[in-house]
Amino acid sequence: MMEKMIFGRFIPSDSFVHKMDPRSKLLFVFAFIVVVFLANNVVTYALLLAFTLFVILMSKIRLYFLINGLKPVIILLVFTFMIHILFTREGDIIFQLGFLKVYEEGLRQGIFISIRFLVLVFMTSILTLTTSPISITDGLETLLNPLKKMKLPVHELALMMSIALRFIPTLMDETDKIMKAQMARGSDLSAGPLKDRIKAVVPLLVPLFVSAFKRAEDLATAMEVRGYRGGEGRTRYRQLKWDWRDTTGLVLLAAVTILLVGLRN
Amino acid sequence: MTEILSFNNVSYSYTPDNPDARKAVQNVSFSIQQGEWIAIVGHNGSGKSTMVKLVSGLLFPQEGEVRVMREVLTEDNLWEIRSQIGMVFQNPDNQFVGATVQDDVAFALENSGVPYEDMVERVHKSLAQVKMEKFLNHEPHHLSGGQKQRVAIAGALAMRPKILILDESTSMLDPQGRDEVLKTVRALREEIGLTVLSITHDVEEALYADRILFMNDGKKYAEGTPTEIFALGDKLVEFGLELPFAMRMTKLLQSKGVQLVGEHMTEEELVNDLWTSNFNK
Repeated sequence: MMEKMIFGRFIPSDSFVHKMDPRSKLLFVFAFIVVVFLANNVVTYALLLAFTLFVILMSKIRLYFLINGLKPVIILLVFTFMIHILFTREGDIIFQLGFLKVYEEGLRQGIFISIRFLVLVFMTSILTLTTSPISITDGLETLLNPLKKMKLPVHELALMMSIALRFIPTLMDETDKIMKAQMARGSDLSAGPLKDRIKAVVPLLVPLFVSAFKRAEDLATAMEVRGYRGGEGRTRYRQLKWDWRDTTGLVLLAAVTILLVGLRN
Repeated sequence: MTEILSFNNVSYSYTPDNPDARKAVQNVSFSIQQGEWIAIVGHNGSGKSTMVKLVSGLLFPQEGEVRVMREVLTEDNLWEIRSQIGMVFQNPDNQFVGATVQDDVAFALENSGVPYEDMVERVHKSLAQVKMEKFLNHEPHHLSGGQKQRVAIAGALAMRPKILILDESTSMLDPQGRDEVLKTVRALREEIGLTVLSITHDVEEALYADRILFMNDGKKYAEGTPTEIFALGDKLVEFGLELPFAMRMTKLLQSKGVQLVGEHMTEEELVNDLWTSNFNK
């Protein structure tokens, strides 16, 4: 189950996309989300799909792996497709089965929406698959920096996020340990009616929370003793470097946008 | 000799409003000279942890003064003084701030605004000093406890501290991890003449020290070289401390009628005495 999920997973590699700066990748994805809505006919949707496939190719992530990991999303995709098929009533009837009538426009809209959905999911997955969580945090921090003037605690938010990410495996191990300890005392987490199973989770969560608070306190002390005083006057060890790859990526997206504007109805 | 750290008649109570309550630290005085290794030993509740908090400025003494580099620790010079103190805590997981080894070592440097180029050099150098340079990009959950503590030492070294404080740093490690950490600290002492203050209830760790401060009930019970302190023998046991393994072994052997010369604190001494004990017969 967990192995197949690809949301939020990072696959290290040395592809063109992997080497891009997180800032340019974030900008790219945000811009792309808007650009997708420019497409409104066969040519423009085909262009979007082709561009997405090109990006996947550049990221060296296997298409099979991507599709396999997105299985839960595909159910949603089929669902939206069916809604369009069944409820859009424009154009000629191209297929009829009893009271079910499929209209030409319905089919068109269904396919378009599916493509739009698919390219969005692909692009955002590519972002998380090719960028380590910590780089995403760094990228977000720099991109959100202007918001500091509006009193948004950007540095603190980024630090919180990076510490949360850093502690995920630690807390997972801890959960595992507590689970085994409770199982050794006869608690059964996997059998019985739902109500019993939910009840069995409580003795798991309580010790987990207690230890998480303990850890937080220790960490705060350690950070303070190591001279942490907030973002003021801090330098950064992880440097972000904008190179030709990033410019190329954004220029490519701009070119696609211009083409889309030119080719749409 | 330069004095690095000193306590002058320091007292601290967690309940200052209640004069009858026992103070966590009571009228403690001692000083550490440059290059020394001092161990503070004592059982739980003897005031060890409070002393650490007093050194790092997490608490301030109600009476007496704490001096670091001859300067009295106050709220005003707190941050400056903290940058001269390197600390390694008990739980290896809970002091690892960075996402990877190098990020963690750089954390204190980032805090004090060291420029990037300088940081890279210092991170690499201090990781090499604890022999963890091959683990630059490793994430903490792929490291053993001993390795994490070595990274924590590197993080402290990167700041070029005047004194390294080990606050029960080896108590959560397996024997192998403990040896790793203690070996690293010993090597660093020889290499760069680091001053070390270790707070511990592990007597074997205390044996490495030049001087031992034996705490009981918030008071300094005794101070002296390991030989002097462990000569107290049963007194220590009475206060909830164990004797070093070699010493216990010596006692047991003597009670079985084996002739040994004096008390031995390290395994080596004991072994030497044992295999030479029949030479003079």
